[in-house]
Parts: sequence; structure tokens; C-alpha cells
Amino acid sequence: MSGQAPEPVAVLETPIHVDYSFTAGLAQSRFLKGLAEGRFLGQRCPRCKKVYVPPRGSCPTDGVPTTDEVELGNTGTVTTYCVVNVPFQGQAIEIPYICAQILLDGANLAFMGLIQEVPADQVRMGMRVEAVWVAPDELGPTMSSVKYFRPNGEPDADYETFAEYL
Amino acid sequence: MGDTGAEEVLRAPHALDYTYTRSVGPVIGAFLTGLRQGRILGATGAGGVVTVPPTEYDPQTGERSGELVEVGPAGVVSTWAWTDHPSADQPLDRPFAWALVTLDGATTGLLHVVDAGSSDAMSSGMRVRAKFVPEADRRGHLRDIECFVPEASS
Amino acid sequence: MSSPPVAVVSFAQSPQVRREDHRNEVEMLMPVIEEVFSNIKVTKDDMGFVCSGSSDYLVGAPFSFVSALDAVGVWPPMRESHVEMDGAWALYEAWTMLLSGDVETALVYSFGRSSPGELAKILALQLDPYYLAPLWPDPPALAALQARALIDAGKADEEEFATVAARSRRDARANPFAQVSSDRTTAELMAEPYVVSPLRRHALPPITDGVAAIVLAAGDRATELCERPAWISGMDHRIETHALGARDLTVSESTGLAARGAGVDRDATVDVAELHAPFAHQELILREALALGPEVSVNPSGGALAANAVMVAGLIRIGEAAKRVMDGSARRALGHATSGPCLQQNLVCALSAERPSGGR
Repeated sequence: MSGQAPEPVAVLETPIHVDYSFTAGLAQSRFLKGLAEGRFLGQRCPRCKKVYVPPRGSCPTDGVPTTDEVELGNTGTVTTYCVVNVPFQGQAIEIPYICAQILLDGANLAFMGLIQEVPADQVRMGMRVEAVWVAPDELGPTMSSVKYFRPNGEPDADYETFAEYL
Repeated sequence: MGDTGAEEVLRAPHALDYTYTRSVGPVIGAFLTGLRQGRILGATGAGGVVTVPPTEYDPQTGERSGELVEVGPAGVVSTWAWTDHPSADQPLDRPFAWALVTLDGATTGLLHVVDAGSSDAMSSGMRVRAKFVPEADRRGHLRDIECFVPEASS
Repeated sequence: MSSPPVAVVSFAQSPQVRREDHRNEVEMLMPVIEEVFSNIKVTKDDMGFVCSGSSDYLVGAPFSFVSALDAVGVWPPMRESHVEMDGAWALYEAWTMLLSGDVETALVYSFGRSSPGELAKILALQLDPYYLAPLWPDPPALAALQARALIDAGKADEEEFATVAARSRRDARANPFAQVSSDRTTAELMAEPYVVSPLRRHALPPITDGVAAIVLAAGDRATELCERPAWISGMDHRIETHALGARDLTVSESTGLAARGAGVDRDATVDVAELHAPFAHQELILREALALGPEVSVNPSGGALAANAVMVAGLIRIGEAAKRVMDGSARRALGHATSGPCLQQNLVCALSAERPSGGR
């Protein structure tokens, strides 16, 4: 560009950095503190009796506070899943891996978890799984306390038992 | 919900960190290019209006702007506000005045800061002059103007 | 086809506080939505439409307005909408929906928590990204430019700002939901140091966490639900340019136009006006724009100087104005909401104890 006018400005970059202090709220705090003890704590809607895990403090159907705490077991059912084959930045596990929706026994809301200790092509809807937790001294108020889920050897659940949660 | 205020609730720091990249278009682009060259441009409009900083349209009438013309680099403070406690992102790290500056040749005010040392040195109607950052540090940005300074001291 | 008249039939708000740190947004909203329904013995299943106002930036949670719906309960699926604005604009949208005649009830709510984030920085992000935001001006700084312009124009002085603040905080003592109240005098307030001159601490709004909700109903449904509905006799909102330096900051033309659009003018004065003036001097500008005489009771709730939950304080102004029609203490009232720096955008909602013949 020597001797020429410089390129006109075409783009403006605006870096943003905003700090927050995130509050989990009461229901989610109880759930997270349960994870730190290796337990899944959900809440039941007093009206429709559905059990939500993780809970947000309200029944999203009825809009009322979920006040009854419910402890759930360690086992559940894969309602649906996908096989992740695309590497991405910051990825912690090898591809391919399985990301599944898991409905804990007694819960009425599925949440996302990893499936390990089984080849990706053998995972299926209805597969029965159990949570594998990190070592007791590594437990904390975070979903990372659950390392992953693995098959627990039980026969597959009937489709009708989880069809409502797809 | 009952009395739940006493129960410990979990909190965690959380930061949003990202960069917006915006196309500036021909009018804002020309203004920013001008700043990089140490010039301040305004947009002409009907009735002798010169909008600074320039917009693609007259902010009051919505009419398409005309030619860009050079204004300033000095002008008049139309209103100002003194702050003793600048935040880290703001243009100066010492007490300064926010000001709307009507540059010579302009009919609207440019928001910027005046490095006046003390609020006693500020008044509406005072003349100030743009102080640009060194040419090598300019990047086609509003902050290529480091600040304004009282004209008598520039 | 004539539109049915629409009224505010219920209003509820949370205590407005500096820091709501043990409940999330859903947990804050649930008791308020429960109250706004139980006031008039309805449930969410009676609502034909739901509209909310909030800003995800405040807590840094993208699409937080979607999860906030858990506080309402949206099964079976509802007609729902959201504006990334003060809840007053959500109320405007709900009003137009009711005027269409398709539905006869609507829930409007808004939530705003400023405590988790950096409010001054977040509000700088609503400014022109090329010409204003790169300087990161905070709201008090921009308001102070406006205040100085007002002083320079000979329209007000700092003592008048303090008088507005003293009266607002004094009135707030009777408002159980207010965050800031006091009985300090103008002279005492004038002794405070400047935050951004010419604004002293008293002229600034508090930083507030809070939520609010309103139920609107149309036609006969309104009178079924509420003994004295606060009929919306008109509503309008106007916005001014983003270019701060191209505005005359000493006047609020957009408020004046919105007031005329809402049918508020010198011939149809109000008993009560709840003005969303986050900074003390802005009340003076709004009074002039609305041509309010000394006989009008302005901000009996304490206004935004007593609590200013971002995205909520405007809706609360309409709620507070409506409350005074519903409790019989006012025949005509006005709720005002603002948005943007230096009163950039303004909404005026005119309320009346008399049922209008049509919606507008």
C-alpha cells in the first residue's frame, strides 16, 4: 500500500467482559448439594405429583412450587441418545461417545448424561443404566460429580415405560 | 415458599467474555478512517445540519445524509458531568468530565471526555480541542481521540 | 368492528430489594404470580395470553425468559410472548392482543435482578455501539449530562432535584415494597457529595432486584373479576434518536407525543401520575412534558427513586397507578415507563375508573 491511502475501516471490534455472581436458587442448590453427597435429589409437584430432577423449584406444568423433596436411586433408563463423532475445542473424552437422555427411576424428567463402558454401537433406547460417581473425595456440588452412566445389566425397559418422556 | 431465607444457597462466579465484530458501512467507516488520520468528519443534511458523529440518516428527520465534511478539531462544550471515580473501561484513569462537544462546523454534540484536571476548570460553553492518540496507535476507533482538553491549555 | 375496552384488574409485586440472593427468577416470580391470580380468584388456565418483559443480560443467562415460564406453568401450551424490554412494553403488547378481541384475559409479568452483574456496564451495552458504548459511559454519567443541560437552560437547579428525591423517599415510607425510604430533608440531601456532578447520591435510583405482575381483562370479563377495574383509556409509546448529541435533553418530546396518543392532555388531567423517572431531575422533565399541574399527586409510591428494578420499574408504575383506581382513591391515573439513556423511549398508559365505550 506504499504511497496509497490506507484501507478504509470496515469492521469495528468490541470486546465485552461482564462478570456475574450466579445464584442457583433454593431448589437447584439442594440438588447440587445432593450431588456433593453422591445423591440425586428431586422435587415433587404437589398438584400433578410429577418428580423433577434436576428441580428448578416449580412445576413447569402447573406453575406451583415443588416443595416435597424426593431422593432418587442410582439407576435409570436411556430414553434417547446420540453418537457424537465431531471433535471440538476443549473436548475431554474420546470420540465417538454417547450423549443420552436418562430418566432416573421414579423421575418424570430426563436429563443429559454420558454413557460409557459400552461400545457406542451397542447403546439403545430403553437400555438400563446406573450412575458412576467420581471418587468420594472428588465429589462436589456439580454435575461433574457424576462421571457417566453405564449399563447395569438389567433387561431393557419396555418402550411404553418411557415413551412419554421423548 | 415458607421461611427459606436462612438456607444456604450456592453461588458461583460466571463471566461473559466475547467480542462483537460489526460491519461499519460507508458512513461510520469513513468517520473511523478519518479518526485514524486525525480528522473528524460530520454528515451534512438539509437546513445546514452537520451531524457529528455522522449517521447514514439525519437523526431528526430520517433523511439520507449528504456529503461528509471535516469539522473541529475544536469545539464548544454544550453540557458536562464530572466524575471523580472512573471505571476501568472508561477513557481516562483519572477524574474527568463527560461532555457533549459541538465541534466547530457541527450542529450536534459528540459524546467524549474532557481532561480538565478539576471540575473547577469546566463550564458549559467552554472551548475544548480533540487530543488524538499517537498516530502509530490509532486503529480506526472512537478512542483514537484520547480525550478533549481545554483549548487554552492545548 | 369496535374493540372491547381493556382494564388492569390485578397487580402484585415482590418486595423490591438491593440483593435477592437466595431465590432464582422462577422462585421470585411464583409467589407474585400466585398473588396476582388469587387476588381475583383465577388460575393460569383462565389466561388467554401471557407476555413478559426482561433482559437476559442482567444475570448473564441467555433465554432466561424461557425458563422463567416455569413460574407460570405452560401446559397445555399457551399463547405466549416476550419483549426484551421493561414489562410496561409487554403490557402494551398484551393490550393490543386484547383489543383484537381474540382473547379476554392476559397475564403480564416482568423480572429484573441487577445484583448478580455489573449493571453500569450492562446498560452501556444498550447504547449506540459505534459512537457511545466504546466510551463505556454509565447511566448516572449520561443522566448527569441531562441534569446539567437542564440547569444551564434555567429550568431547574440542584435544590429542586433534592426536593424531588426528599419527597419520593418520604412517600416511599408508606410503600411496603419500597427499597429506599427516608425522612431526610432537602437541606440534608444537599449536603451529600456528588456521584457525578451535578447529581448527588440522592438523585440516583437504587440498584434493585424485583418482580411484578399484572392481569388485564377485556369488557365484561373485567367487571366480573374486579369491582373497580382500572380501564385503559389510552396507551402509546414513542422513541427518540439513538444519537444522544442530536437530542434536546431538557425536554421529552416522546413523552409528550405518547401522552397525546394516550389521550392525556390539558383537558383530561389525572389525579395521580406514576412516573418512571430513575433520576430525580427526570421527574421535572416528565412533569413538563405531561403538563402536570401542582394538583396532581406524582409518584405516591416513591417512584423509581425508591426502587428501580431494571425491566420491572415501568410495569410497577402502571400497577401503582392502576391500584389507585382499583381502590377508589383516583378517578383518572397515569402510568409512565421509560427506557434507554436520558428518557430516550417513553410509554404512557392512561387509566380511568370509567369504562370507555371502546378500547381506544
